[in-house]
Amino acid sequence: MDASSPPTIDIEALGFDRGAHLLVKRALSRIPPGATLRVRACAPGFQAHLAAWCRAQGHRLAEVTDNRADIVRGGYQTGRWQGAERCGKADPGEPEAVAERAESRWGLAARGATVEAGGPEWHFPLDRKAEVWAEEAAELYRQALAAQWDPETAVDWNAPFELPDEVEDAVVQVMTYLIENENAALLIPARFLGRIHPHYREIMQLLAIQVADEARHVEVFTRRARLKRREPALSTAGGQSSLKTLFDAPDFSIASFLLSVLGEGTFVNLLHFLHAHAPDPVTAQIARLAARDEARHVAFGMAHLLQRLRREPELRSRLANAVELRYDSLAASAGLNEEVYDALVLLAAGAWSPAAIARGFEAVQTLQREMAEGRRLRLQKLGFEENQARRLASLHTRNFM
Amino acid sequence: MSETLILGAVAYAPKVVTIWEGFKAHFADQGLAFDYLLYSNYERQVEAQFDGTIHLAWNSPLAWLRAERLAKARGSSVDAVAMRDTDRDLTSLIVVRADAGIETLDGLRGKTVGFGAVDSPQATLIPLEHLARNGLQAGRDFAVRRFDLLGGKHGDHIGGERDAALALLRGEVDAACLIDGNHLAFTTDGTLTPGATRILAQTGAYDHCNFTASPGAPAGRVGRFVELLLAMSWDDPAVRPLLELEGLKQWLPGRSSGYGLLEAAVDRQGFYAPDGRILAADYRY
Repeated sequence: MDASSPPTIDIEALGFDRGAHLLVKRALSRIPPGATLRVRACAPGFQAHLAAWCRAQGHRLAEVTDNRADIVRGGYQTGRWQGAERCGKADPGEPEAVAERAESRWGLAARGATVEAGGPEWHFPLDRKAEVWAEEAAELYRQALAAQWDPETAVDWNAPFELPDEVEDAVVQVMTYLIENENAALLIPARFLGRIHPHYREIMQLLAIQVADEARHVEVFTRRARLKRREPALSTAGGQSSLKTLFDAPDFSIASFLLSVLGEGTFVNLLHFLHAHAPDPVTAQIARLAARDEARHVAFGMAHLLQRLRREPELRSRLANAVELRYDSLAASAGLNEEVYDALVLLAAGAWSPAAIARGFEAVQTLQREMAEGRRLRLQKLGFEENQARRLASLHTRNFM
Repeated sequence: MSETLILGAVAYAPKVVTIWEGFKAHFADQGLAFDYLLYSNYERQVEAQFDGTIHLAWNSPLAWLRAERLAKARGSSVDAVAMRDTDRDLTSLIVVRADAGIETLDGLRGKTVGFGAVDSPQATLIPLEHLARNGLQAGRDFAVRRFDLLGGKHGDHIGGERDAALALLRGEVDAACLIDGNHLAFTTDGTLTPGATRILAQTGAYDHCNFTASPGAPAGRVGRFVELLLAMSWDDPAVRPLLELEGLKQWLPGRSSGYGLLEAAVDRQGFYAPDGRILAADYRY
């Protein structure tokens, strides 16, 4: 090669309709804008496609012969990436991987990607790390994925059993109640999911799995309700009023506190109770499986709130106020319906004798004490003083959730 | 409104609204009062350049030629003030099926050739001129099959070229005419199987669209318009989306030296009269 000849590549018989541009693009990326690349080629008609490609890419075709073309590189490939910025890092464990505030212009980009300037402005109201983050999110997501179960195979729907009509009615009433609570537990994270900046990927993924968990619970409770009956039973205004106060909570942390820490935490006790007192194997199995999922949801709620409270202790008084306000707004409603309460007593009693009913009643009283105690312990773990924790735990809705 | 510079543009696709709304906002930011009028076809747009309705037109090459002829017939002139970098030195291709056994233009004698719309410079007028210069006359030496989509849009809608290419693959025509970039694009997007077609001929180079200043357009405002256009940098993320929509990297000063081939085609095929009247009998727009 003589000293004056430019860098040269040979694309042989490869046409531009078969990917020749990859070779040309790669070679051009290795010379500066304004420099010349010589392309040797022998595909028939390569000149026409090369010219069209160069025109579209902003390169100049300096000279063309039957088997050769000289291309002067344009500056546009680098121009596109001027002002581009890297948005954090993929691994949340690395320093400064997760931004304190996710920029709206990062949009849907993978965390750690290099984002071209000039893209659309997105609107994600939950774009601050403090509002949503928990360091444990990635690990909880992994655990949640590993613990997924298939209702078709995890539950023996054909297990033989026959219950007295009134006991079956009680089961159906409890299932009806569980379904409406699970509807709330599905929709509340789903509503926040759409507002979270995807930069907080692990939170988004974890909430998505929670939504899937609740969808599965709605399925299994519905299937159990319909195993021996055509339709579910009763839904009360008081029960729905209680859930609506959760549904309407506008702040992610407060909703997480009311739903996960207090509501789902209490629900874990209830599901354990149902597992222990279930009159049939199907009810026992689905209560056990659902309780496992709910425990993970509680864990995320706790992790998020602990993290936020460490940086923002004044949030604690807002959480306390939220419990008081919810209690006040529900003071006039019945909360848990009488039929659900009675059904729980009957399930724990297992029979209609006065002694059995007394045992069942006592069991439900114990359940309520355990629920309140669990709430108190979680509140104390979140830094509430013992007296305040006890008081707030006792103010929890009679609906349990 | 007398201070507003009015541009005419042909609405050949819905994105035209997005493009000109974007330019309007950009020019407003730069202090130039600018508005646009959309036309359904180039013929009416060019005529509007002579009744004071629009100061400028974003013209197809064919519309430029007609504007030039109409101006000359009236003793005035029009000016090509700016164009895209991607509008210079285009060529059209005549392609055949790879296995057709047609090796030269003479091989098209007795065959059927697929063209685009009747008013498409790149897919009809210029390829016909190329064939004529090589001794092949339409109707006598080969049959013409036109894929006549959206008359009046001067071939801006590439549907006609695509239809011709697909007809070639189906064996309904023996050759198809299309712009070089579209042949490449159709093999990339899967319309044409790579290697299924072969380039039989390539026309000479020609230029495509330009901004045409109307006779008597306000020189100061047109000058400011051109100045702002040429200052648009592809490196600027605020204007890059507009340039991408319009398919260019850089605006260049206008030139009228690249329309000779089309002019010859228009005369030979009797599309426009020297005074700009429309002669083409089966042209509907």
